[in-house]
Amino acid sequence: MQRTHSRRFTLKALTAAVALTTLSALPAYAADTIKVGILHSLSGTMAISETVLKDTVLMAIDEINAKGGVLGKKLEPVVVDPASNWPLFAEKTKQLLGQDKVAVIFGCWTSVSRKSVLPVVEEMNGLLFYPVQYEGEELSKNVFYTGAAPNQQAIPAVDYLMSKEGGGAKRWVLLGTDYVYPRTTNKILRAYLKSKGVKDTDIDEKYTPFGHSDYQTIVADIKKFSAGGKTAVVSTINGDSNVPFYKELGNAGLKAKDVPVVAFSVGEEELRGVDTKPLVGHLAAWNYFMSIKNPTNTEFIKKWSDYAKAKKLPGSDKPLTNDPMEATYIGINMWKQAVEKAKSTDTDKVIAAMAGQTFKAPSGIVSKMDEKNHHLHKSVFIGEVKADGQFNVVWRTPGPVKAKPWSPYIEGNDKKPDEPVAK
Amino acid sequence: MPKRFHQFLSIVMLCMAAKALALTPEHAKAIAMGESDSRIEALRASVAAADEKTVQFIQALSDDAVKVVAGKPVIVKDDKAIDPVSGTETAVPDTAEDVMNNNRMRGELDTALASLKLLSPDAAVRRGAVKTLQGEVDESKLPLIDKAFAHETVPDIRDRLGLLRAAALLSSADKTKRLEAANLLAESSLAATKTLLIERLQTEGDAQVKAALQFSLSRVEARLAWGDRLGAIFSGISLGSILLLVALGLAITYGLMGVINMAHGELMMIGAYATYVVQGLFQKYLPGAFDWYLPASVPVAFMASALVGAALERSVIRFLYGRPLETLLATWGISLMLMQGVRTLFGAQNVGVENPSWMSGGVQVMGNLSLPYNRLVIVGFAFAVLAGVAFLIGKTRLGLFVRGVTQNRPIASCMGVNTARIDTYAFALGSGIAGLAGCALSQVGNVGPDLGQGYIVDSFMVVVLGGVGQLAGTVYAALGLGILNKFLEGWTGAVLAKIAVLVFIIIFIQKRPQGIFAMKGRSAEA
Repeated sequence: MQRTHSRRFTLKALTAAVALTTLSALPAYAADTIKVGILHSLSGTMAISETVLKDTVLMAIDEINAKGGVLGKKLEPVVVDPASNWPLFAEKTKQLLGQDKVAVIFGCWTSVSRKSVLPVVEEMNGLLFYPVQYEGEELSKNVFYTGAAPNQQAIPAVDYLMSKEGGGAKRWVLLGTDYVYPRTTNKILRAYLKSKGVKDTDIDEKYTPFGHSDYQTIVADIKKFSAGGKTAVVSTINGDSNVPFYKELGNAGLKAKDVPVVAFSVGEEELRGVDTKPLVGHLAAWNYFMSIKNPTNTEFIKKWSDYAKAKKLPGSDKPLTNDPMEATYIGINMWKQAVEKAKSTDTDKVIAAMAGQTFKAPSGIVSKMDEKNHHLHKSVFIGEVKADGQFNVVWRTPGPVKAKPWSPYIEGNDKKPDEPVAK
Repeated sequence: MPKRFHQFLSIVMLCMAAKALALTPEHAKAIAMGESDSRIEALRASVAAADEKTVQFIQALSDDAVKVVAGKPVIVKDDKAIDPVSGTETAVPDTAEDVMNNNRMRGELDTALASLKLLSPDAAVRRGAVKTLQGEVDESKLPLIDKAFAHETVPDIRDRLGLLRAAALLSSADKTKRLEAANLLAESSLAATKTLLIERLQTEGDAQVKAALQFSLSRVEARLAWGDRLGAIFSGISLGSILLLVALGLAITYGLMGVINMAHGELMMIGAYATYVVQGLFQKYLPGAFDWYLPASVPVAFMASALVGAALERSVIRFLYGRPLETLLATWGISLMLMQGVRTLFGAQNVGVENPSWMSGGVQVMGNLSLPYNRLVIVGFAFAVLAGVAFLIGKTRLGLFVRGVTQNRPIASCMGVNTARIDTYAFALGSGIAGLAGCALSQVGNVGPDLGQGYIVDSFMVVVLGGVGQLAGTVYAALGLGILNKFLEGWTGAVLAKIAVLVFIIIFIQKRPQGIFAMKGRSAEA
């Protein structure tokens, strides 16, 4: 007995020793790589949306490494989980920039997490690629915004709903999760609707906490409000609250043809856990849909499907792509091009090289990084939910739209320059 | 449905035989392709004089079963492309493109179909058609409605058709007709009528008609207000029933046994995941009986959570009786382990649990009040579980032992009760009920590793507010909090309502630390 024990112990000690040597061997190898930080919530209320973005970055890194890496060096991902916990985002950023010395960070979904990361990135002169549509009102030298600004998503969506084709909505419910993105977007939308002659009594603004799961009262209120005239709902609900919201909507019998709901944070991935049959016809506004048909997109979807299957990711039996994934993919590829142009991963040199970068985007356009304002030029699409959880594109802008991060519908913005200001 | 539909088709044929226009290829093309405006015009024209093929074609369009092959619309059925005009069948080529219908087009298609169904021989179909047409009518539909009205014999459908007719007449150029319509509409209890009246009021020029409209509007609004009030009460009861389910297990483990179980939420999560697993098994092995996965998952969820609970009690909690702080820390640690375990097993993302078809949709009680089936089922389920627990604790031998042990452990032990075993049983029972709560929650919310976190505070709140050691208190507290929350929410919005409820509880506990119902007797002092 005693002997077996000691033998087992020796075995354990040996394994530990081997493990230790491998660990100590790692840094030597790491010196020849460029570290890339990935800062997406892999747990908590935002995991539903953010987990795939982590995998998208990993897929792009694999792809770039397979083609020989950047500047002759392989990319090495450093994945952290800020767990939908906003202060933790700042801490993890500090760790990524300070300890791991990453060259660039891809991360964040909610604006509140970006706001939490922002001071850290600016202070330590890091580089953040933010891949999600947001409310604007921000322009940092250290951040590239590859998602949509309000004029690339929210305003075209409202225009569509006001048009004859979109149902000619006269009353509006602005429904969102209670944090900076919905609040600001709704402020912009309210000003915009007023400029179009909509009265304050015809606008109903509502907020719910993060992770809210009981939408009975809200759906009943929408029903009541809609009796006063043709109503449309603009939803900026984020994260997994969307599932109970849409379930309640379906059960209450509110049909899209009566009260259409246009969502800015619901894409193919968020609809995965929802029975979409009662939701047919509800809308989403994005700059990319999986259902868009063009060769670049077909290739992108195939790459993702192969990757998801090879890595046995959750849901790989039905691989889905969505807008923030596309934005992430454009972001990392543009960063690679910029590093190659700058011949360095130095933050300031890469920032300078990013201006005017172009990339053939899966949405079917050649996406261009604006020379000045750190935002992409994007096409806007409006899609209707189909029974299979995909979107039918019913409207699109004729060409790419330049982002206006400082919305003209917020007072005082007309004086702000369209480029980052040095502090 | 197909058979009925066929019967009605033939009737439509008969009714319209005289002036029926046969569906021509040009016509089909005009309805299916091109700009929305021209499509809608073609559709409206075809409804006025539809033959059987037109009806079939519109139905197929509405079912999204029409594709375009080589510039011609075809109906796709069972992987066959059927020409809507000639009826010839061909294989569907890969190049077939879907016909795109947006909301506007879909609304028009539904209206067109409903207008045609107004003459169906089946009363249920007619009733459905009238319902679809509410809020969609204008004067152009009047001839059809008039015809249906003249043929109608079922009283309630005739009444509704009358209202529909009035709604259509509201935009008539004839003042007397408008006045008559405005007066008639006072009897309506539909939200759509309110919309219609408001719209008409804005454009109406005649003072007399305006007064009649105003009067009808106030009548309709008064009736609708009742629907709103009842709706608020129902949503309060529904939230209350969820709180009750969530807190009932805790009322046993914390209320009766005094264990501060921070892992209570995770036991619910296990119940929800058990439901998910059963759903998966049904999908895989019994797809035909999929609708019955939920009843089957109820005992599974109970057992899964009860077993985990029993294991917890045996391995950790029994060593910590009488040491609330250590229990709190230990169970909190266990809750983290359980969450991480589920994350490793099922992934960090939420999993999808579908409602069985009999739980989708709702029952229409009033014009503007429909009660969703899933909520109704959960209310019923909560009270069934409550009755079960009350019976178990109040009437059975096990319940007697549990009460005996919690009230006076040494004496119960002296009487020959194996108190350690009773503790395990009671804890497993409380955990199992948490599992049932998880099974119910999977039908209204998200199923993810964090599911329990969202409810743990609520469940402690309910138990403490109701009075520790009391089942009745838990019931009152759950329903009271549910209704209070929903009324505040209607008033101040969801965010403020949540804060207000917490403030209310803090003040209440300050004033009355023992909760609504205080335990009398010795255990209260212990």
